[in-house]
Parts: sequence; structure tokens; C-alpha cells
Amino acid sequence: MRRGRVRGRMPLVLVLPAVLGLAFLVVPLLGLLLRAPWATLPERLFSAEVGQALRLSVVCASLATVICLVLGIPLAWVLARGDVPGRGVLRALVTVPLVLPPVVGGVALLLVLGRRGVVGQWLDSWFGVSLPFTTAGVVVAEAFVAMPFLVISVEGALRAADPRFEEAAATLGASRWLTFRRVTLPSVAPGVVAGTVLCWARALGEFGATITFAGNFPGETTTMPLAVYLALESDPDAAIVLSVVLLAVSVTVLASLRDRWVGGS
Amino acid sequence: MTEALEALVRTGRGGFDVDVPLTVAPGEVVALLGPNGAGKSTVLRTLAGLLPLQDGYIRLGASTWDEPPKAFIVAEQRPVGVVFQDYLLFAHMSALENVAFGPRARGVPRAKAREQALEWLTTVGLAEHAQSRPRTLSGGQAQRVALARALVTQPELLLLDEPLAALDASTRLRVRTELGRHLRAYPGRTLLVTHDPLDAMVLADRLVIIEAGRVVQAGVPTEVARRPRTDYVAQLVGLNLLRGNSSETSVSLVDGGELITAMPFSGPVHVAFPPSAVSLHVERPTGSPRNTWPVVVGGLEQHAHVVRVELVGTPSVLADITPAVVAELRLEAGTRLWAALKATEIQAYPAD
Repeated sequence: MRRGRVRGRMPLVLVLPAVLGLAFLVVPLLGLLLRAPWATLPERLFSAEVGQALRLSVVCASLATVICLVLGIPLAWVLARGDVPGRGVLRALVTVPLVLPPVVGGVALLLVLGRRGVVGQWLDSWFGVSLPFTTAGVVVAEAFVAMPFLVISVEGALRAADPRFEEAAATLGASRWLTFRRVTLPSVAPGVVAGTVLCWARALGEFGATITFAGNFPGETTTMPLAVYLALESDPDAAIVLSVVLLAVSVTVLASLRDRWVGGS
Repeated sequence: MTEALEALVRTGRGGFDVDVPLTVAPGEVVALLGPNGAGKSTVLRTLAGLLPLQDGYIRLGASTWDEPPKAFIVAEQRPVGVVFQDYLLFAHMSALENVAFGPRARGVPRAKAREQALEWLTTVGLAEHAQSRPRTLSGGQAQRVALARALVTQPELLLLDEPLAALDASTRLRVRTELGRHLRAYPGRTLLVTHDPLDAMVLADRLVIIEAGRVVQAGVPTEVARRPRTDYVAQLVGLNLLRGNSSETSVSLVDGGELITAMPFSGPVHVAFPPSAVSLHVERPTGSPRNTWPVVVGGLEQHAHVVRVELVGTPSVLADITPAVVAELRLEAGTRLWAALKATEIQAYPAD
């Protein structure tokens, strides 16, 4: 007798919805692969529009990720280690962009950083800088949406790390900054890497906040997700090719995080 | 390095407070001994600068490390080395980098720091493991790296937090001997925190025993071992401890009963004797000057090569006898016997 039989059969009432749910998640992706114009794929991939959108996406997502790292790691450290009052509230605030509809984030960014926005008017009059509807605006929109992923991942790693190692460093004469660089950060490196990958993937796929805050100007603000949306009307095959590329990126991200999320049981 | 470390550690948290005076002279090893939760680690953390005092002071010569509300020197600016209980070696650095971390943090140039680190690794016999990661080291080796890391900065005060607790019994003996050698070579002041009386007796010049945040006994190990003052200390050193009032050579015990001692005294006394000094008999023994009283066996426990017998009577005591005697007397809980104790085996000393 097989061991699985000892506990009896799995009830149909659970198995049926489970199979349906799995199909619901997987079939559309398979459809995408089935409909992809594989014959002309390489040619399309290296066409001007696709190449442009791809390059812009990668550059903007990477810049956004750098901003998230520079600002997000210190923020995560403060949330995990700092003696700041109301840390719970701060943590909740940081995670708002996670659940906020991205288009709302885009509107909020416009109101603050727009030419007549609270901050934007000063940027304009002092530095002559205007962010909306520029490539820089794309980076800002993506960073806004993606930063919580990095902060949460790094903060979780920091909270799991044993603070006594930092005490040991202090007794050896290390300042808090040196301790952070040489002891704390290396010990949470896996969390930082995971957060960075997630952050980058989220930035790459950003649509709502980008189109609202940065608009849709080919070569300047039209990233891949925007290009997919546009191409669906004019050139469906191009939309499929772009989608396949984004799907490949997602799968790669998932594979790179497999030790954390996939695998195990 | 001629002044002693002088401290009065007063701090507390949630209904538990610590009030411990401490002095550690240069070259001296003081063991802070006590049961779990007595406040040993709290004292160590205040000395290291990881926990501020609420009252009292910590001074070394002219410099005051902590004296609320006037002064507080943060941990990274105190000339202190700490060996933590589980060593806390940095896992992403090699043994050499771990040891070089302190000098680097204190501004020594890289090459010089590595040179000093290698010197110390050589001193503790681990030069060939310089490039090893901590997780590839054995417990004993990790402890020596931790010791080298703490000593390389030539601290004025060395703090050891249960330095042998993480080791298994077989390596413990060897590592203890070696640690003792390094401590004797170290010219600074050492405070060793431990709950193991053997570590304390072997490594320390002086013991300070604390219970519930207060010092209950202090002295050189031989003195403490011979004349315990609390039940905890008596248990640590393996003696029976009874309290009483002495008049000449007769002590009438606080909890009932009377013992004859060899040395005359008067006033409140402690009397101590090893469980092996208590003998058991079926009939009341006669002859040489000894104390005899009726007892009932409360329980039996095997200890290495002897059986420890808990005896209920006036007084109640522990006796160590051989398994052969247990068999001969057919001992079991409830057996009625006579206990005998020679007057010359009893240590009597003033209660305060």
C-alpha cells in the first residue's frame, strides 16, 4: 500500500477548485507562449521600437533600483534598529505604496512634483528642473512604487540578524557607521540581494504610476509595459513579443530567488 | 596600568535590580559567579558600556567610564576586550580579519593590523587557521580566536562571558588550561563571568558570588571552597552547610539538633562538612568522639562513583557513600539509620 493512501483520498471538493485555480494562473501564460510569433521573434526583438523600449526600461528600472538602495537601506535600518518613536506607524507608511493603486501614486507624484506642485515649483524656479513627462520622471515613478519591496525585504533581514554582533563590534572599537558597513550589511546581504531583485522586477513592470506621472513618449518615457499596451492596438504581434520578454524576466527573477520562495515545502 | 578598576554597579529593570561593588587590580582575575538570572551578565554589560548604569560608578584611575548623570563613555571608546559566550565571531570574515577588526576600527593601518592579528593568532596557536572562516573552526578554536580578537587591542579590562560554556566536556579541560595560561600572561584586569564553580576556582584569583543581584560572598577560591556562606555556595563547592549558635565546642543548630566541633567558638557560626564525612550505620555507633543522630533516607542519587544520600533528621544532611554500602545496608527511601560525623571533619566559622 502506498503511503499517500493511509490518510485516505484527497476530497474532490478541494482538488477540483485547486486544479481550476492552477489552470487559471498557468493557461494564460501558456497562451502567450503559443501565440508568440517565434519565427519572426529575433527580428522583432532587435527592431528599433522594441529595442528602444527595452533599453529604456532596463536603464530606468536600474536607476530606480539604485535610488531605492541608497535611500531604502538606511530607511530599513532606522525601522529595524533606530530608537524612533512611532516605528509601527512609520512601517505602515512605508508599505502604503505596496497596496496603493499605482495610478493613484502617479497622481500624487504629479501633485507634489508637478510644475505647480508643492515641491515641484521650487525645483522649477531654483534649478529649472521639471520631472513630469521626462525620463527622470519614469525613474521617480518606478522608485516610488518599488522602494517598499526593498525596504521590507532588508528590514526583515535586519530584524532577523542577531544585534549582539553589532555589540561585539562596538566593544572592538567600531563606530556605528563602521559596524553598519563591515558587520551588519554583510550579514544581511542575502536579504539585500533578494530585495534588490524584487525591487528591480517591480520597477521594470511598472505601468500605472509611470503613465500618469511621466506620460507616454516613445524613446523618452515609453517603457516596455507601456509599449505592450500601445502595441496591442496597432501591432498585436509586437505586444506579444514584448510580453514574452517580460515573462522571461519574471521567471528569471523567480528562479534567482528560488532558495527563498520556491523549493522547500 | 597600575590602577584598579573600581565599580559600583547599580542598575535594574522590571522589579529586578543589581547592586554589586567590584574591584579588579591589574593582573588579577576576578570571577563573578552566580546562578542563572543573578545579574552576572548585566554587570558585564555595564562594564563593557553596552548598558548604562542607573546609579553608582565605573572608574579606572583618573578616567570615569560611567557615573550617572555626569559621565558615560560609549562602548567603542572604552579600552575593553570582551569574549562573548558564543564568541560572536563575524561569519563573513576569516579568523585573521576577525582579529584585525579591532585594530582597524581603532585606526591602525591595514598592513599593521593584519600583522598584529597574525601575531595573536600565533600566540593562541592558530596561525595556520588564519584564513579559515569561523564556521569551519572547532568550538575550542573559535574560543581562541575570540580571545585573540579581544586581546589584540591591548585592553585595560578583559571581560569573559561564560567562555567555556559552549564547549563539550572533553575539549573543556584542555581549553580551560590554555585559557588560564593566557590570562596569567595578560597584564590587565580580567573579570570572568561564569556559573561553573570549577572554571571559577581554576581560573580566578578571587571569587565574587552574587545571588539575586547582590554579593553574597567574596574571597579567594580556597577560602570560599572551605567556608561557604550561603546554601548556593555550599552546593557549588559540594559541602553541607548548617547554621547555629556556638558555645565552646557545642553548636546548637538553628533548624534543630546539636553538633560537637573540634574547635571552640562562641556566638553565631556556620558549620560546613563534606558529604563524604557522613557515615551511615544500622545500629547507633559507639567509640571515638563523634556526632550521631537518627535519620531517615529521603532519596538516593548516583554521582559518578558515589551515591549521594539525602538524609532527613535533625539536622538533615547529604551523605556520599559507595554503591557497596548502599547494597549492604539495603538502602531505599524510608530506611531508618544512624548518621555519624567526626568532630574533626567539621569546619566551624563565625557567621559574619
